[in-house]
Amino acid sequence: MGNYGRTERKEDMSIVLCGEAGQGVQTVEFLLTRLLKLAGHHVFATKEYMSRIRGGANSTTIRVSSRRVAAYVHRMDILIPLSRGAVEHVAHRMTPETVVLGERKVIGDVCMPQSCRFFDIDFTKIASEIGNKIYSNVVAVGAVVNLLGVDLEHLKGYVRHFFAGKPESVVEDNARAAEAGYKAAGALNLPADVKLSMAADTRVKGELLLNGSEAVGMGAIAGGCNFVCSYPMSPSTPVLTFLAQHGREFGMVVEQVEDEIAAMNMAIGAWYAGARAMVTTSGGGFALMVEGLSLAGMLESPMVIHIGQRPGPATGLPTRTEQGDLQFVLRAGHGEFPRIVLTPGTLEDGFYLTQKAFNLADRYQVPVFVLTDQFYIDSYYNIPALDLSKVSVQKHVVETSKDYRRYESAEDGISPRGIPGYGEGLVVVDSDEHDEEGHITENLDLREQMVDKRLAKGYALEEEMAPPELVGPEDYRNLVVCWGSTYHVVKEALERLARDDTAMLHYRQVYPLHESTVDYLNQADRTVIVEGNATGQFADVISLHAGIDIDDAILKYNGLTFSVEELVDGLKGLLKPD
Amino acid sequence: MEAKAFDMGAIYIAWCPGCGNFPILRTLKEALAELDLDPTQVVLVSGIGQAAKTPHYVRTNVFNGLHGRALPPATAIKACNPRLTVIAESGDGDTYGEGGNHFMHTIRRNPNITNIVHNNMVYGLTKGQASPTSRIGFKTPVQPGGVYAEPFNPLAVAIALDASFVARANAQDREQTKDLMKKAITHKGYALLDIFQPCVTYNKLNTYEWFKNNTYYLDNSHDPHDRMQAFEKAIQKDPLPLGIFYLNPHKSTFEDNTGVYQQDDRPLHERDVDFGRLEDLIRNFETGA
Repeated sequence: MGNYGRTERKEDMSIVLCGEAGQGVQTVEFLLTRLLKLAGHHVFATKEYMSRIRGGANSTTIRVSSRRVAAYVHRMDILIPLSRGAVEHVAHRMTPETVVLGERKVIGDVCMPQSCRFFDIDFTKIASEIGNKIYSNVVAVGAVVNLLGVDLEHLKGYVRHFFAGKPESVVEDNARAAEAGYKAAGALNLPADVKLSMAADTRVKGELLLNGSEAVGMGAIAGGCNFVCSYPMSPSTPVLTFLAQHGREFGMVVEQVEDEIAAMNMAIGAWYAGARAMVTTSGGGFALMVEGLSLAGMLESPMVIHIGQRPGPATGLPTRTEQGDLQFVLRAGHGEFPRIVLTPGTLEDGFYLTQKAFNLADRYQVPVFVLTDQFYIDSYYNIPALDLSKVSVQKHVVETSKDYRRYESAEDGISPRGIPGYGEGLVVVDSDEHDEEGHITENLDLREQMVDKRLAKGYALEEEMAPPELVGPEDYRNLVVCWGSTYHVVKEALERLARDDTAMLHYRQVYPLHESTVDYLNQADRTVIVEGNATGQFADVISLHAGIDIDDAILKYNGLTFSVEELVDGLKGLLKPD
Repeated sequence: MEAKAFDMGAIYIAWCPGCGNFPILRTLKEALAELDLDPTQVVLVSGIGQAAKTPHYVRTNVFNGLHGRALPPATAIKACNPRLTVIAESGDGDTYGEGGNHFMHTIRRNPNITNIVHNNMVYGLTKGQASPTSRIGFKTPVQPGGVYAEPFNPLAVAIALDASFVARANAQDREQTKDLMKKAITHKGYALLDIFQPCVTYNKLNTYEWFKNNTYYLDNSHDPHDRMQAFEKAIQKDPLPLGIFYLNPHKSTFEDNTGVYQQDDRPLHERDVDFGRLEDLIRNFETGA
């Protein structure tokens, strides 16, 4: 990889933490990102990890910058290896400029091909001197913070805040460990170009630092979600965990069920009884839910389904990322029925779109997907705010009258939805083809009417489709199309290319495909799609529904997210010359 | 209240003449009426099969879902609105075969619902194959050499999982069955009522007469609070006991365990999001929650 962004170095640092599972890489990540953000720096963190509880090699990349950052860079300015094998794990990202800060005796006598900037700090020894080698991660935090030019008192203050609630001696030992690491790094007399030298922005201090699972989780709460049932599955589990931890104070039933089949059927029962339910899973778990999805289609039940994608088929790469389930989600379920697929790009999207999913599901009585992926779920960055004045819970349940019929014919296909026990009527739903009352029928004329009614909802809901977002010049000649979690990486790659003839078109709602697609694509001389899958699944959606074939594609399916650098390289070769 | 409150009027019923489902349907409507239940406050939930059509023949709320999947939605309906009386009613294939996993885990979860299982030891809707409860040696077009797998014993499984109410009835004994239905419906917690029911078309072995001759009612000497005794009765064959095998009234229900009704007894649909609290939660992310 090249040296993109080298000139910005002091304004934008990439720090990589690498260690074994169970070694506390996440604690270091948590501490560093929070205290850097509170010091007024923009931060972004993303992790890649192996599917195991102990051992292996996991890494987290943290970017610290003077401007907003939300994309992964291949570049590695500082590496903190915490285990034997860590250096090898990220060796392909090493350049002669990379600063390695670590303990030689822990990482071993590794051959560091290009690095001439290894600085030995004995984190463990320093920690042991303070009282316990368990503090060595905090010593490392102190050392990194020194390089980033953050004030020592701020460091100690946040470490105390982080450990608040533990015995006083533990809190103080950790503060001393951080200070010792800070001073040890200071004593190394590192060259000035290693250090970050940007001014802090006080506005950043009050911003929110969260990840994709938290954005989706809070969006669900804001959407009035009060019933969540799921079976744990990487990488979607953090959404379930978040709601389990915070749901009860919002009156939410959160249940870990026996399998995904139960999850989907239970959630449909919950909507039937008047709750607003969500299931959260990954592709394999969703495969088990598919019969239930079809049930939602037949019952005209609202449903919200969060899917955190990972590479398949089958078990695939459990902890890695991919955008490989789009066509699956679009086609899932036997029989024909409408659906909506939302694909958050930013953290704000995760919140507002998940919130909106509940209103859309309730209004149109259709399944609504929130399609994310491991990269999206596990990545953190700071955002200005989540504005609750922009959202409202729109309930569409009606009180039934004595002669209530659940599937009464309606021009737009949307029959008023009653629930049992609310009103004088009876609410009858059936997985069989049914009459207006909801009772089983084998009348073939009625069958046709009911199919038409269900499909009519699909036309009605097109009115509420979010248009794609155009980023860049309106008079573009090149158009880079993307969807979902690639929003920020494509945007940053185009910023680096700085071409006034190239724009990005990002879809936060991929289905139904917005009608503006045709005009957007027709304006371009060249179109390129960026997707995290091997076959260009969204390009196929566009081809099918807009009748336009995308010219070129940059596809990635090795389980890792795109880096800014590789998109810059890839796009350079595909865009029309200036 | 009279049973006709639950009548559907003149409707076509898709069961064979003489089907053991008829007495169960009639008994159920009487039981609901005698309990004075308001049809709008009752939800019948079923899966797929002949027994699973029962809800369509009763004037209540109906959730007729997928094959094997009656229990998950029934659990959810009760959890979202505990004021409703929720009865999951399906056959032995639906509940013990296709839905076996949900059967086990619903017992563990203990929602306050009633699970009525029409047990005729054969598949009717798919035309006469073995069911999980078919006797060993039972011959069908798909099991021409006879069933060789050990029959599923729902009562023994339920007792092993410490289900809070476990009973068995015989469809043709309408008064006893009605009594058991009423006890199951009023019981607080998951109540399993397995009902022997002859299939007049596909099961020539387990007929009305066979069930009459091969069953007996547990008497006062049986203590339903004694789990070991209950298990002993559950594995007994020739003759097969009927009545309440096991009771554990000391279990908390799923609805209680969700915690959402501790301070607020309103069903979920009557509640609104506490946006003030959400604002506080969002603010936690300023400092690192």
